[in-house]
Amino acid sequence: MVTATVQPHLVEDRPRSASLLRMLRRNPTMVGGACFLLAMLVAAAGAPYFGTIDPEELNPIDRLRGPSLTYWFGTDMLGRDLYSRTVYGSRISLMVGLCVAVLSLTIGLAIGLLSGYLRRVDAVVMRIMDGIMAIPAILLAIALMALMNASAQNVILALTIPEIPRVVRLVRALVLSLREQAFVEASRAVGASIWRVLLRHVTPNTIAPLIVQGTYICASAVIFEAYLSFLGAGTPPNIPSWGNIMAEGRTYVQIAFWIILFPGLFLALTVLAVNLLGDGLRDTLDPKLARGFRGGLAE
Amino acid sequence: MIAYLLRRLLATIPVMLVVALFVFALLHLSPGDPAAVIAGDYASPEDIERIRHKLGLDAPLHQQLAIWLWQVVRGDLGTSIFSNLPVSKLIGQRLEPTLTLTACTMIFAVLLAVPMGVVAAWKAGTWIDRSVMVFAVLGFSLPVFWLGFLFIFGFALKLQILPVQGYVSIREGLWPCLRHLVLPSLTLGMVYMALIARMTRASMLEVLREDYIRTAHAKGLKPHVVLLWHALKNASLPIVTVIGVGVALLIGGVVVTESVFAIPGLGRLTVDAILHRDYPVIQGIILIFSAIYVLINLLVDLMYMVLDPRIRY
Repeated sequence: MVTATVQPHLVEDRPRSASLLRMLRRNPTMVGGACFLLAMLVAAAGAPYFGTIDPEELNPIDRLRGPSLTYWFGTDMLGRDLYSRTVYGSRISLMVGLCVAVLSLTIGLAIGLLSGYLRRVDAVVMRIMDGIMAIPAILLAIALMALMNASAQNVILALTIPEIPRVVRLVRALVLSLREQAFVEASRAVGASIWRVLLRHVTPNTIAPLIVQGTYICASAVIFEAYLSFLGAGTPPNIPSWGNIMAEGRTYVQIAFWIILFPGLFLALTVLAVNLLGDGLRDTLDPKLARGFRGGLAE
Repeated sequence: MIAYLLRRLLATIPVMLVVALFVFALLHLSPGDPAAVIAGDYASPEDIERIRHKLGLDAPLHQQLAIWLWQVVRGDLGTSIFSNLPVSKLIGQRLEPTLTLTACTMIFAVLLAVPMGVVAAWKAGTWIDRSVMVFAVLGFSLPVFWLGFLFIFGFALKLQILPVQGYVSIREGLWPCLRHLVLPSLTLGMVYMALIARMTRASMLEVLREDYIRTAHAKGLKPHVVLLWHALKNASLPIVTVIGVGVALLIGGVVVTESVFAIPGLGRLTVDAILHRDYPVIQGIILIFSAIYVLINLLVDLMYMVLDPRIRY
């Protein structure tokens, strides 16, 4: 009861629709990013219905053909249609990006809450997190992939683990300041359990910064997935992913540049869209963070 | 001062210890038999047994850990499964190209990105500011290897003004070395520049709002004096921090960049190690890169004292 009257100061209570409309008008780049992402999601979900053919279909007579009316993005060294491969490839990239963001946020939130609230756990957990953060993310992912079989699930796992410490740090910092707030103290005073305090009072106030952080994690996961595939430590070659297509096309840079051009362009546009969405969300959801500071890569 | 330095050096030990433990644990936390995974799908039982013995996986766990830690402390990073050479030797052979490329990238990126950020903050809200911000967002979004291939296609294949690939050691002359480093550095430096430019702008914007900046202007100092000596100096702590933290991005990028430009450095060693599942090499590379990263950030911490006389330990 106590919290119900205090909390609105922290969680915004403006009518949703009004703030949403204002957000759209104020932040056209964010809306652009969101629209592009939505289009990519639709394309990925409905890949068979967008003029694509089987991405694995070989057509040796038409190999290494440039972009044309029949082959919009050209064909690769085995005569496979690059437009179809690029559209199907978006499935892997988007799935990896979303899953890594959701997983690392969930696990990071859980660890961060406990670490911020229970001082004894904190010392140990933070030392471990410091250690993991000292390992450059892509190297850690490479090492994990070297020990696991190439599959989309393992790529997600390998990219999630390096991101967790960054989320933990963010959540922990938020919890440390939230636990001193009057409404948390009040709910503790009326006898709420640790779990109730954490879940009902602390967690809701971490959501906005976490969503912002999630977009940056998603953006870097999409790029890292392509890096892993490109280096030969990513998804298996029989599933078309943007990184795989480009890795296969690298030996043909001189004669068939389009093999690399189009998947890379889509990769860049997707990451750009996620980044624009993230910057926009940061500015609207969390004005305190809006100082040109990127949580995701800067930490 | 000396006491602080020692204390900071000591503080890096637990971090590196956790890194070492983590790298050790990875091999054992992985699902299934690590020896079988490393040996690959076509290995015979004898091969698996040989690898198990070579990695010391047949000893009890605590003994393995003690042996591994003791070896690492003495600088022995184990032996490559594939080439049978000591890992430390393999890394030593490949260190030079990677360090040259990274150093070159850092220097040019800092020299370009800091002025970009300063000018953007100074001309906040103008087209200059906006184009710097567009560059910053793009820098974060363009995949390194794709950018590398675009540069190769444009500058090396079409315009033919720069070499396509390869590496020339600085011992064979400064000019040929630099010519081969232009495109890789540009490729590798893009994200790093975006990060630094963005942080410089943000930090400068905050400082430029301070009263002492207005005072400096009011007493008739030239704008560039105010900008560089009053503003940039006070805005430098977050910038230096991000220069250090961003090294993680460079280390990740260098693996990919070397692969694109066929530079025989640590990145290539990493890729070869992945192909052969040469786990001792991968462990060694992670340890070396993490140590470099931790040391650079230690240097950054020490830079604080130079940059801000108020910070005294």
